[in-house]
Amino acid sequence: MGSDYAIEADDLRRTYRARTGWLKPTRTEVEAVRGVTFEVGRGELFGLLGPNGAGKTTTIKMLNTLLIPTSGTARVGGFDVVKQTKQVRRRIGYVFGGDRGLYDRLSALDNLRYFAELYGVAPREQKRRIAELLDLVGLAGRERERVEGYSRGMRQRLHIARGLLHSPDVLFLDEPSIGVDPVAARELRRTVGDLAATGTTVLLTTHYMAEADELCDRIAVISDGCIQALGTPAELRKHADGFRVVEVEAYGVPDTAVDTLRGLPGVRETAVEVKGALQLLTVHSDAHVDVQGDVLRELAGIRLGRVNSREPTLEDAYVAIVSAA
Amino acid sequence: MSTLRLLLVGTLLHAKQISRSPFEVAIALVVPVVQATLAVYLFRSGGEQHRLLEAAVGAGVMGVWSSVLFGSGGAIQNQRWQGTLEMIMMAPRRPALVILPITIATGITGTYALLATLAWGRLLYGIRLDFAHPVAFVVAAVVCVVGLGMFGLLLAATFVLMRNANALANTLEYPVWLVSGMLVPITVLPAWTVPVAAILPTTWGARALREATSGGPVWPSVALCLGISLICLLVGFLVMGRVERRARAAATLALA
Ligand SMILES: Nc1ncnc2c1ncn2[C@@H]1O[C@H](COP(=O)(O)OP(=O)(O)O)[C@@H](O)[C@H]1O
Ligand SMILES: [Mg+2]
Repeated sequence: MGSDYAIEADDLRRTYRARTGWLKPTRTEVEAVRGVTFEVGRGELFGLLGPNGAGKTTTIKMLNTLLIPTSGTARVGGFDVVKQTKQVRRRIGYVFGGDRGLYDRLSALDNLRYFAELYGVAPREQKRRIAELLDLVGLAGRERERVEGYSRGMRQRLHIARGLLHSPDVLFLDEPSIGVDPVAARELRRTVGDLAATGTTVLLTTHYMAEADELCDRIAVISDGCIQALGTPAELRKHADGFRVVEVEAYGVPDTAVDTLRGLPGVRETAVEVKGALQLLTVHSDAHVDVQGDVLRELAGIRLGRVNSREPTLEDAYVAIVSAA
Repeated sequence: MSTLRLLLVGTLLHAKQISRSPFEVAIALVVPVVQATLAVYLFRSGGEQHRLLEAAVGAGVMGVWSSVLFGSGGAIQNQRWQGTLEMIMMAPRRPALVILPITIATGITGTYALLATLAWGRLLYGIRLDFAHPVAFVVAAVVCVVGLGMFGLLLAATFVLMRNANALANTLEYPVWLVSGMLVPITVLPAWTVPVAAILPTTWGARALREATSGGPVWPSVALCLGISLICLLVGFLVMGRVERRARAAATLALA
């Protein structure tokens, strides 16, 4: 239908304006998305990867008609998301992670029936379609129970079934694996992969690198409301070319020591991740400089655990891209 | 046809969802008893024994009104909390068609308040349920409920747009009770309230029910209630479309 792309975003921007306080109202403005441009091909599985607050949800909501962009335009299936809202809505499904978005005091079946009606699924087809989807997400047999008794994983699967009722061309998945256990998350990734394989275009947001790496044909790394890098996982990995990574397990590293490490010659980035009593120090350096000796010298007198020097992974590339922003 | 089905299925499911809320159940158990008691004592002390039934009906209509007011607001607010407001508003339907079943469902749960108030009045205070026009009473009750649901659509539009619309609901409850003469006759109210009352469907609904209870020309009031409600519905349809768009611009469909 005219357009080769399932999704086209052209310089999308979104500013949230809010007034807080009654007596002394103060206006706050948040520039959540500042000029995002990308295209997603038909049947492609596209990932928006970025840390919390990067603007992923805002971007998705502009594409799925829930938010009107402050500026810029977007098309889904060739239809403008602001001017041809209804045409867009007929063709898209939206699923987000977490506990919300379902009628808890109703059964899964009631939820699905209602949304089938909202989406105009023909009455004669509803029964078959609902049974098919309950099967697909593995909820068959539990459909008459109230949703409030469901586990996170079950809710998530019901969410997905709901999003697929009208067989959408484009599926928006906003952090679908948030809070579900690893086994359920793997199931979910399989379902999503299958959907894309059968021709559904999927736009997935996540802050898990591994999830994006496993699923996506292409990934846009977003932070601070801007796309910092875009490409296939292999292409993104190149952002870490010429890097080397030193990881040090330590106990009680003062902030000043971390700052000094960052100042060492050849060091590009440092990051500290706290895991209980343990701190995991990650130091990115130029590949041709061996910084391990310098790092250990700076940390003299601090109790250290394992020290490891390795080639960069896609995750390191992601960290490099986001922290360079 | 598909629109009618949507309204029907939607109303049923929202009525189910609302009636299963523990909070709603508690309210539904307590409020009618309080209302019946209030009505009886107000009128007894006024020495108007013969108007007990009328008072109970008036109190019952207040129940319907509260249900619609807090219902249309509360249901929207609840759906915002549950994250379902976004989900239903992004369906490829006219926004008013999505919201109307919710407000009618609140009207239906409100009817329960009306019936329960009467039942408690009968049970606790021995109010004789001898209606002047029983058939007209039933018709008036149905029109009243549907009318309030349609009026609720207008209210709901406000709630879709405003994130803290609860404040508005709280300030609207008692004035409308009073102004529409649900409990006290309009004639004792100041003159400025008359035109306000005349355009509220609640006024005519309450009046029709009162007339059906203690005698009077029921049908004109029923017709007026229905007419004003239909206007509310029409305006609601127009407003809702705009409101939905503004809500998408102002980002008020979601919580934060
Ligand atoms: N309704 C809102 N009002 C004001 N600020 C918001 C609103 N929604 C999101 N934000 C802000 O916009 C930024 C981007 O948020 P979001 O798009 O939710 O990011 P992500 O989904 O990547 O975590 C954040 O700083 C967030 O606090
Ligand atoms: Mg998000």
